[in-house]
Amino acid sequence: MNFVTPTIVLAIGAFVALLGAAFARDRFFEAHMWVLFFVLLASTVFMLRRVSFAPAAAKKSGEDADGYFDDVVRYGVIATVFWGVVGFLVGVLVALQLAFPDLNVEPWFNFGRTRPLHTSAVIFAFGGNALIATSFYVVQRTSRARLFGGNLGWFVFWGYQLFIVMAATGYLLGITQSREYAEPEWYVDIWLTIVWVAYLVAFLGTIATRKEPHIYVANWFFLSFIVTIAMLHIVNNLAVPVSFLGSKSYSAFSGVQDALTQWWYGHNAVGFFLTAGFLGMMYYFIPKQVNRPVYSYRLSIIHFWALIFMYIWAGPHHLHYTALPDWAQTLGMVFSIMLWMPSWGGMINGLMTLSGAWDKIRTDPIVRMMVMAVAFYGMATFEGPMMSIKTVNSLSHYTDWTIGHVHSGALGWNGLITFGAIYYLVPKLWKRERLYSIRMVNWHFWLATLGIVVYAAVMWVAGIQQGLMWREYDEQGFLVYSFAETVSAMFPYYVTRAIGGGLFLLGALIMAYNVTMTILGYERDEAPIPGAAPRLQPAE
Amino acid sequence: MAEKHIDEISGVETTGHEWDGIRELNNPMPRWWVWTFYVTIVWAIGYTIAFPAWPLISDATSGLLGWSSRANVAVELADARQAQASLLTQVVEMPLDDILADPQLSQFAISGGAAAFRVNCVQCHGSGAAGSPGYPNLNDDDWIWGGSAQDIFDTIAHGVRHPGEDDTRFAEMPAFADILSSEEIRQVSAYVVSLTATPAKPEIIEPGKEVFAANCASCHGEDARGDREFGAPNLADAIWLYGGDEASVVAQVRAPKHGVMPSWLGRLGEPTVKQLAIFVHSLGGGE
Repeated sequence: MNFVTPTIVLAIGAFVALLGAAFARDRFFEAHMWVLFFVLLASTVFMLRRVSFAPAAAKKSGEDADGYFDDVVRYGVIATVFWGVVGFLVGVLVALQLAFPDLNVEPWFNFGRTRPLHTSAVIFAFGGNALIATSFYVVQRTSRARLFGGNLGWFVFWGYQLFIVMAATGYLLGITQSREYAEPEWYVDIWLTIVWVAYLVAFLGTIATRKEPHIYVANWFFLSFIVTIAMLHIVNNLAVPVSFLGSKSYSAFSGVQDALTQWWYGHNAVGFFLTAGFLGMMYYFIPKQVNRPVYSYRLSIIHFWALIFMYIWAGPHHLHYTALPDWAQTLGMVFSIMLWMPSWGGMINGLMTLSGAWDKIRTDPIVRMMVMAVAFYGMATFEGPMMSIKTVNSLSHYTDWTIGHVHSGALGWNGLITFGAIYYLVPKLWKRERLYSIRMVNWHFWLATLGIVVYAAVMWVAGIQQGLMWREYDEQGFLVYSFAETVSAMFPYYVTRAIGGGLFLLGALIMAYNVTMTILGYERDEAPIPGAAPRLQPAE
Repeated sequence: MAEKHIDEISGVETTGHEWDGIRELNNPMPRWWVWTFYVTIVWAIGYTIAFPAWPLISDATSGLLGWSSRANVAVELADARQAQASLLTQVVEMPLDDILADPQLSQFAISGGAAAFRVNCVQCHGSGAAGSPGYPNLNDDDWIWGGSAQDIFDTIAHGVRHPGEDDTRFAEMPAFADILSSEEIRQVSAYVVSLTATPAKPEIIEPGKEVFAANCASCHGEDARGDREFGAPNLADAIWLYGGDEASVVAQVRAPKHGVMPSWLGRLGEPTVKQLAIFVHSLGGGE
């Protein structure tokens, strides 16, 4: 491979960024374009060193023995681990900022900027890289086809990293369009759209060129995730820039329509990014790791269609008791209730796939991790419909209960299933016999689980207390607590929450070490997990 | 097309397909799952008939129960107002001293005042009304402007040194740096401190007393016990607004700080200010 075209494109991109900085209409855009310029310049220099000017430059082999395009998956796994640690670290920081406001470092690291940094880092950087890497791995194997589009996979990967860097630096600079989970401004949104369409082409092309007669269930979920996120992203970010050389834009929607669009997007980011996408992951890695067939094909097909049909309507439950008309609130609520069983279909299929191999929960920490992920998935998808009931919502809304709910889903379900997939993938991708250490996986499992339980339990108590304090009237009909009193009452919970998050971060650091050592080719000398079957030797 | 395949462990037939070694069992969907799903759907349909739900061209169905969140909140607000109406009317109409004399009414006013205090007053006076340097403690019986319910009402209603408010409490101690020498200021400060504590140089108390009599007694009184007419604080009770150590007293004599409290009548309305006055009066120092 000769790298001439990408190098030229990068150089042109760097030049355009430089022009953007020179002619910027506001200082935010100027600063952001400088960031872009230096990132692209560094990439250009890096690529330039790899360009061979000999006419018959040797073609880099790069090809994996089994014909799959796995280099991009390897990069994706490393990026997932890296962004995971970054995202969890920022999470612990924002948790501590809430408990100890002095940790707000103005202006770049105040809560208003670090909070979207945390949410985007864990959802889009950690979760997104995990989804891209695993979907590329899974779709190739279950289609028996090489990833479509040649270097398109590389474009998707690096393009996505550029999106992450631009989003993250934008937040810290103070550039935001103030839409939750969609904070980046118009020019970063346009870039993500281009990357996402390339992702869709690569994924869909691989399915189209498959050598299997049927499309595997994991790929239905991945595809629904990619298609729906494209739709959500484009509609939610419809905006008019003040200037094409400026960082500010105005939404195409206004008032309650804008709020509903935002939560139609926000809820389905949860539904399709964090649920459908990760169910795709589960449908491949659980059967592979436990080596058992998927429990029920029929359940998978019904719960898939029910899930994607129901989820898209549930967004209004984020706007209960607001200016949103009652009829829309009702629909958001009833669709959320009907969503309960379709969500649990995935849990049943995940758990029951262990039929005949339940002992592996005891002997294989990776299976244990995946099972705990599915268990948290089940809890979060029960809690969600419950919280969408208006009566419950009138207590839970705007409280830390919501934060607890989100984290039992995000840390428990998305986190643990991703960790399980990473532990499955790393030895296979780097052709190692096993992980550096299985016992460290066990440590990671317990630290993460304990962290999540502490986090979620504390936030339940905090949220319910908060909700009850807000609505507490005395016998004379006067409010008993001021808002500030309810804030200061949260202090012990906020500190404990930060400890829970710290445990989760510690587990992720152990994973990062374990993965690094595995990639480097070390094997830790350690006693096997009690009861684990001895490693099977190849039959030949 | 797909050939038959039975999973050995469970004895269940698979769909016959295989992807990268993964097969799928042809298990039926769990009955409880299917039926719970049906129940949620039936319930959802029922709920959407009972409550506003189905969008029409320019409106939506209003639901058989006729419920609406706006009507609901209006009813709750009306109920809450109704529940307080009789007592609130009495608070508005009766003089403060009569309210104090009526246990039920004063309890009501204290609750209401406490609620208003938590939102409007704690920022300066503290959540326990104990104040902090520059912001008076409202629990003690040391009053700059008077501690009767009416005095407290007037102070809250019109504020202290609130610009643009004609009836505001106003006092301005001159900056004695322009009037007295540094030596005299040290002396008078030592004297003031000596009323409740021991100053660093007891030998300058006597000359300080003379300075006090000549310059301060006109407002703070011969005995330094203050005068509420002028808003001149009592200096002999060991309660200090800006600190009681010698350095703080010197600073206050040289260039006094003049705290400001907003006038609240326009913002909160008379009923709430009355309740606040009763509440502050009840904290322990009411006269």
